[in-house]
Amino acid sequence: MTTFPFPFSGTTLTALGTGALWWEDQSLLCISDLHLGKSERHARRGGGPLPPYETKDTLARLSDLIDDLCPKSVICLGDSFDDGAAAQNMTAEDCATLHHLVNHRPWIWITGNHDPQPLAFGGTYHHRYSQGPLTFCHIATSKGSGEISGHYHPKARIKNTTRPAFLVDEHRIILPAFGTYTGGLNCTNPILSTLMQPQALAILTGPRPLPVPMPR
Amino acid sequence: MTALPECISHWFSTRGWSIHPHQQAMLEQADRPATLLIAATGGGKTMAGFLPTLADLADGDHEGLHTLYVSPLKALAADIKRNLRTPIDEISLPIRVEDRTGDTSSARKKRQRADPPHILLTTPESLALLVSYADAARTFKGLKRVVIDEIHALADSKRGDQLMLALARLQSFCPNLRRVGLSATVDDPGAIANMLACHPDPCNILQADPGPTPDIAMLTVDQPPPWSGGGAAYAIPAVLEQIKQHKTTLIFHNTRAQAEIFFHNLWLANDENLSIAIHHGSLDHQQRERVEQAMVRGKLRAIVCTGSLDLGIDWGDVDLVIQIGAPKNVKRLVQRIGRANHRYNAPSKALLVPANRFEVVECQAALEATHAGDLDGDTRPRGPLDVLCQHILITACAGPFAADDLFQEIQTVGDYAALPRAAFDACLEYCATGGYALKAYDQWQRLIQRPDGQWQLRDPRSAARIRMNLGTIQDADLLKVRLKHSRGGKPLGEVEEAFAASLSPGDTFLIGGRIVRYEGLRDMTVEVSRNANRKPKVAVFSGTKFATSTQLSHRILAMFKQEDWPDLPAHTADWLHLQRRVSDLPRAGHLLFESFPHDGRAYSCLYGFAGRNAQQTLGLLLTKRMEDLGLDPLGFVATDYATLIWGLTPISDPAQLLDPNGLRDGLDGWLAGNQVMKRSFRAVATIAGLIERNQPGGRKNGRQATFSSDILYDTLRKYDPDHLLLKVTRDEAMAGLVDFGRIEDLLTRIQGRITHKQLDQVTPLAAPLLLEIGKVPVKGAAQEKLLQQETEALMRTSGLAALASD
Repeated sequence: MTTFPFPFSGTTLTALGTGALWWEDQSLLCISDLHLGKSERHARRGGGPLPPYETKDTLARLSDLIDDLCPKSVICLGDSFDDGAAAQNMTAEDCATLHHLVNHRPWIWITGNHDPQPLAFGGTYHHRYSQGPLTFCHIATSKGSGEISGHYHPKARIKNTTRPAFLVDEHRIILPAFGTYTGGLNCTNPILSTLMQPQALAILTGPRPLPVPMPR
Repeated sequence: MTALPECISHWFSTRGWSIHPHQQAMLEQADRPATLLIAATGGGKTMAGFLPTLADLADGDHEGLHTLYVSPLKALAADIKRNLRTPIDEISLPIRVEDRTGDTSSARKKRQRADPPHILLTTPESLALLVSYADAARTFKGLKRVVIDEIHALADSKRGDQLMLALARLQSFCPNLRRVGLSATVDDPGAIANMLACHPDPCNILQADPGPTPDIAMLTVDQPPPWSGGGAAYAIPAVLEQIKQHKTTLIFHNTRAQAEIFFHNLWLANDENLSIAIHHGSLDHQQRERVEQAMVRGKLRAIVCTGSLDLGIDWGDVDLVIQIGAPKNVKRLVQRIGRANHRYNAPSKALLVPANRFEVVECQAALEATHAGDLDGDTRPRGPLDVLCQHILITACAGPFAADDLFQEIQTVGDYAALPRAAFDACLEYCATGGYALKAYDQWQRLIQRPDGQWQLRDPRSAARIRMNLGTIQDADLLKVRLKHSRGGKPLGEVEEAFAASLSPGDTFLIGGRIVRYEGLRDMTVEVSRNANRKPKVAVFSGTKFATSTQLSHRILAMFKQEDWPDLPAHTADWLHLQRRVSDLPRAGHLLFESFPHDGRAYSCLYGFAGRNAQQTLGLLLTKRMEDLGLDPLGFVATDYATLIWGLTPISDPAQLLDPNGLRDGLDGWLAGNQVMKRSFRAVATIAGLIERNQPGGRKNGRQATFSSDILYDTLRKYDPDHLLLKVTRDEAMAGLVDFGRIEDLLTRIQGRITHKQLDQVTPLAAPLLLEIGKVPVKGAAQEKLLQQETEALMRTSGLAALASD
């Protein structure tokens, strides 16, 4: 696996091409915005019947990652489920996969706007969670420091190629969405370009993570 | 038969008109279940379609809707309304005429459903919407006739399929409904007749007198056309001279980008300030309307245009049509020529302007085909299933239905008459549950079966969502272009989102004939400023690239067999003679395969004459095989007649590369992840109602809510490869953009007969390909590498590289 290690708030973190963040010193794996059960919620609300495979696909990619890295703990940065009912309506097979992942290591769920309430999948629930110099939350704050969040699904465009991307500056990291059925918000959007410091990096996901000065 | 009431024939004679024979025939045969009238533009075709209606309604006895008129253009419906008003008002006929399109107000639309006019003028999409309402049967009660204008244009697209499915509904409401189709000259009237009739009813075909033979020629210019390219800039002075000599000239182009560039050059050379305008589909519709109105008032001397003027309002004053670039398709050429001289019995006058040397040959072939009346056909797939899926959803919006009844109804549509029940059931299953192998959210299916076996929407509210996404026209995602600091000012036009994304501030491009500078993107609008001084960077927004038709390609190959070419200009004949001396000319039953070194690379050129799409596919498949065989391909370029490939190693055995089984195997693997497939999937999934373009609450404004259809495509391929929509996508791409059918044709035609010429240098026929734009590099690992180089360079120049590795 090709990686991009970078210094952040006195630690060294690694951006992975899959869109996950790896804190090697602590053996901690961090992912964001899984949106499990998205197609089920879409259909429930009267939308078109999307192919119901995204939960299986997202969990399969997460399992591969965990098998690879054997992390001591895992943090999901919120919007892990598309909503509470979507979590309840997951197939038995997907539930079993998820239980297996969650029950074998400390698992931290950060609550998000899609999943504000704790759900019955084990692990612990937090609005914000701190470990060492780092704080994990769902939505980035303008005054935060050492803050790692998700929510925005950032993406960046270089040379006609658009990819989900990490946004990194001195104070914060915003993770791309890990879920299969997730779109993105371009980092040139004012919400992101005002939040991120002038020297921010965008790290494009893909076969190898590619850092660039964040396009504005 | 219907007799013409005295008041109408009197009106004709006060105007000094007499009834054309085909108009009389339409009256006499008004009771036939289906009639297709084929007449050139300007032959009083629309009047012929409406005469039986006017005659029938003259006594004022009919209550409710009598005649439904459907046209492919909103503008045409509005224009016909004006034209019908004249006789109705002057004769004081008791007839109410109204139009109903996307522009009609919702209050008026609602009233029309409850109290329809005698004659309703509409479009296929508005009709589909009408059919989706529960009160449709009441609205259409008493309907006697339906008139489909420009049916040849609808027959070429899924809009025609949607229309015929809607008509099948109407026919169930009104079993005695008479159908009339009005068509321009076409190659195969039988095919359109089959589409028009309620299967298995016969369809009556009436041919109007085609009028005098059109006067068509190639525009002679002292300077020979360039070796490649599509601008035809060399012909500007000669075209300008023609404009001066005629009252009004239409100048047709094959793509919008070419039209923009030509208009720009024409304007620069227009010393006498002749009033010349531009008209194409990317321009703002207000701007297009202004051009059309100026044209109607006879204010314009010339209009540079694209297919956007292929149809539409009659303009009597056009006395010359110029086609820039090879027409690619004889039928379209003949229809375009018909735009000149809309007066009955006056010959149309047209000039062809080849844009490059090869197009001289192509234009000559097109001229001969036109004189011979030899039109080319389309091989559009019949009865597309994505449109059927949408129709099933539309039917469900109107109320519960029985599958057997709907299937029976659909079989009355000519192009669906042979649809197997299993295919229908698969579509119904898709509409109900999504049709997935995994039954994940059955409780939320879109259609459910009632205890009595009828199907209905699970949630009645979803009808609104289905209606919002109705239609088969696939607009690329377009962004409006507006001048900066002109808040609320008029937009200049639209460009594709992908094109806008490729621009950097400072880039210049052409739109509506002027050069503008890209300033930035704001609220989904491209902001630009005027820029008069610089050469434009690009104008590459959309515009279909037509492939040369099979029939025209065969004609060109036949021309190559000639000893000499007295009909061609000397510069072009000399070029062909030289090619024959140096190498060979392509022949029908053989494949000419040339190999030669050039500029340190090994080049190969194969002349398949299979059309641009197929030659492009051939380039992709062959370079992939070459990579497997270690022949180090570097890239290729394709035109309508040939593919030129270059690499590091010369090809010694073309037969090995062109082995049909090998090509087919390669196709399967390559197709899967192909962009062409993803584009086709997006269209299919949108029409079939899987992807919703419009959602309640309006377009999500750049938020992260939407994700690309590519993700759905990849997911389906991975987990449900036999899904209905993937099959439909594959069939469509194979026939359309991939055009593998024409590659198969080629392989069958040559039966392994390959003439391999190994030469020392570039051949005369291959040389123009070296200059072609649109070269395709062989990608893969190379793309990642290039992206990495680019990002590293950006990191270095910004000084962030040092920072990141602290």
